Amino acid sequence: MKDIEEKILSGERLTREDGLRLFNCNNLAWLGNMADTVRKKKCGDVVYYNVNCHVNLTNICTSRCKFCAFGRDFENQGAYAMTKAEALAVVADAIKNPNLAGLHIVSGLHPTWTFENYLEIVKAIHETYPTLYIKGFTGVEITHFAKISGLSVKEVLIKLRDEGGLQAIAGGGAEILSDRVRQIICPKKATAAEWLEVAKIAHGLGIKTNASMLYGHIETLAERVEHLIKLRELQDETHGFQNFIPFPFLPKNTELGKTVKQTSMWDDLRTIAISRLMLDNFDNIKAYWVMLTVPVAQVALGFGANDIDGTIHKETILHDAGATSPTALSEDNIIKIIREIGRIPAAVDCNFNILRRL
Amino acid sequence: MEDFKQKALAGERLNFDDALNLYRDNDLLFLAKCARQMKERKSGNKIFYTINRHINLTNICSSNCPLCAFQVKDGDKRGFVLESADIEKILQDCQNTKNLSEVHIVSALHPNKNFDYYLNIVKQVKTALPKVDVKAFTPVEVVNFAKISGLSVKEVLIELQAAGLDSLPGGGAEIFSDRVRQIICPKKATAAEWLEVMQTAHELGIRTNASMMFGHIETIEERLQHLFTLRNLQDKTGGFQAFMLFPFHPANTILGAEKNIQCVGSWENLKMLALSRLILDNIDHFKAFWIMLTLPIAQLALGFGADDLDGTIGEEKIIHAAGAKTKTGITRSDLEKIIRETGYKPIRRDTFYQEVQNDNSASS
Repeated sequence: MKDIEEKILSGERLTREDGLRLFNCNNLAWLGNMADTVRKKKCGDVVYYNVNCHVNLTNICTSRCKFCAFGRDFENQGAYAMTKAEALAVVADAIKNPNLAGLHIVSGLHPTWTFENYLEIVKAIHETYPTLYIKGFTGVEITHFAKISGLSVKEVLIKLRDEGGLQAIAGGGAEILSDRVRQIICPKKATAAEWLEVAKIAHGLGIKTNASMLYGHIETLAERVEHLIKLRELQDETHGFQNFIPFPFLPKNTELGKTVKQTSMWDDLRTIAISRLMLDNFDNIKAYWVMLTVPVAQVALGFGANDIDGTIHKETILHDAGATSPTALSEDNIIKIIREIGRIPAAVDCNFNILRRL
Repeated sequence: MEDFKQKALAGERLNFDDALNLYRDNDLLFLAKCARQMKERKSGNKIFYTINRHINLTNICSSNCPLCAFQVKDGDKRGFVLESADIEKILQDCQNTKNLSEVHIVSALHPNKNFDYYLNIVKQVKTALPKVDVKAFTPVEVVNFAKISGLSVKEVLIELQAAGLDSLPGGGAEIFSDRVRQIICPKKATAAEWLEVMQTAHELGIRTNASMMFGHIETIEERLQHLFTLRNLQDKTGGFQAFMLFPFHPANTILGAEKNIQCVGSWENLKMLALSRLILDNIDHFKAFWIMLTLPIAQLALGFGADDLDGTIGEEKIIHAAGAKTKTGITRSDLEKIIRETGYKPIRRDTFYQEVQNDNSASS
């Protein structure tokens, strides 16, 4: 791996083949060391976090992806669809925390809701709480809104931005950007091309987006690398991705989980490290503590990550899939996790503007 | 690169200041890289495990260490003592465990049991399982045996050896600082006594393990001093086979409650593992004791210098009393799979780190 090490240290771009070799290399300490070296050079010692609240407007979903434990049909137990008042009540509860900076809003693809239904709720939230940032809606939801409204993706995005106060697009729904994989795990939602198209159009409008990868199910390692390369290529073009978040698949209560076991921490850490190394044009890599668990997320900050997500208020999507992490973390707790490893915590908004540096 | 980092990278012997600098430098992945090199120098691409059975004879203890969640006082409803007939049942079970290579016995310091009780159990185990290694009694227990029998430590060890004892486990070391021991375990063997038992055992040809329990009230300097004390003794005797770190589990302990101690974080755990590997350049094997660490973290530890996942373990009581959330046993194929995923080769070992072949194709 000497040749790859030289490339990494000199800042040379890694190829598809290099990426695959990294995935086939078991030297976790070396991988971590390389990723950490790149992180230090690129991001310094600050670790970003946000004081946020997740709002999931509905879990009723037409897509019913096989990796998801959150989506439901109307008649299923626990199915819900929030009214405007209910959504506002969630935010009203979260804003009791004076440090609350903003909201992360992602939801199911409700079979009878119109785009206006979604927009009205976001608008109401934005009008009631104009100081809170709103990051929301994945590429999958935006594609869905365009389909059901007859508007173009661009028009949907403009409405969400101008009327709903949307400041950034969430990174979910990318799963694995391979139609072979998507045909099996999520055949009914946005294709790889559609997901990328939404990101590209958003970037063109000056709306920043996040990116993600759901791994550890039926994808091959080559498909993971291909996924990273696709993101990297679009980023070369637009520079609109702010952040990359690798999501390990959580199998509990999912259709896919009947045959797929949960990833090991070993796999989680190497995937974080390789993401940092391959995505040389991404500034930020997130260790999402909800899925990784807090202990792994803390260690992942040594494997190339420089962001640990947020306080969340109350996480539901992944806890339906058996996440063993808490459903929220206090800000003090997040600060402690970051300080314990000798790094500098900084609270940010959804566009990585630093609100408080500690 | 700083001098202390260069030394670590070159695998040179570290002094106390180097170790403290590496600790403060806090470069986890650099430490991991160096620790991996050290591990590969000692054991190549091998990761060891064993098929073993833990037996805890009693939890009734005269020592009542504030650090412990296992012990109870005499008369407590939760108290238990295994007698010869109970041991007989366990041994029958052991005889049915294919490829069992080690019985690990550690217990409380029972206020009324005499040394003969323990001696007879070793005999009983060795008679029933002549091919199985008996690893039993920490130095804390050995010191207690000397006290209750009036024999010297050496005489106690000779009698145990004659009864069938093969090696000593590494527990009870905690932190070799009398300041710390006064608070966390005031009534049991001192640091000097623990070390004396190990030195005597090594001189008698009894191999032992070593350990450190950290993450309670000790300072970083006390941790490092502990490791250097072990390294010095090892230079003299060469009798330590393996080292393991015990992160303190505060749940259900007096110490945890009184000092409001939180579990050590994963970063700190892995950092101490890698750093210990670098300091203890004369101890061949490092255990990732999955019962304490949980399996996923233990697997991770194999990337930070550990080369031994310990055992498949029948029934573990001591750490589970302190709130460990791990299962009390694991199958061989699961352990092997975890090892293979790291790119290393699983090796089933006996107590002395000799590779053992399976008696037959069946796995337990």
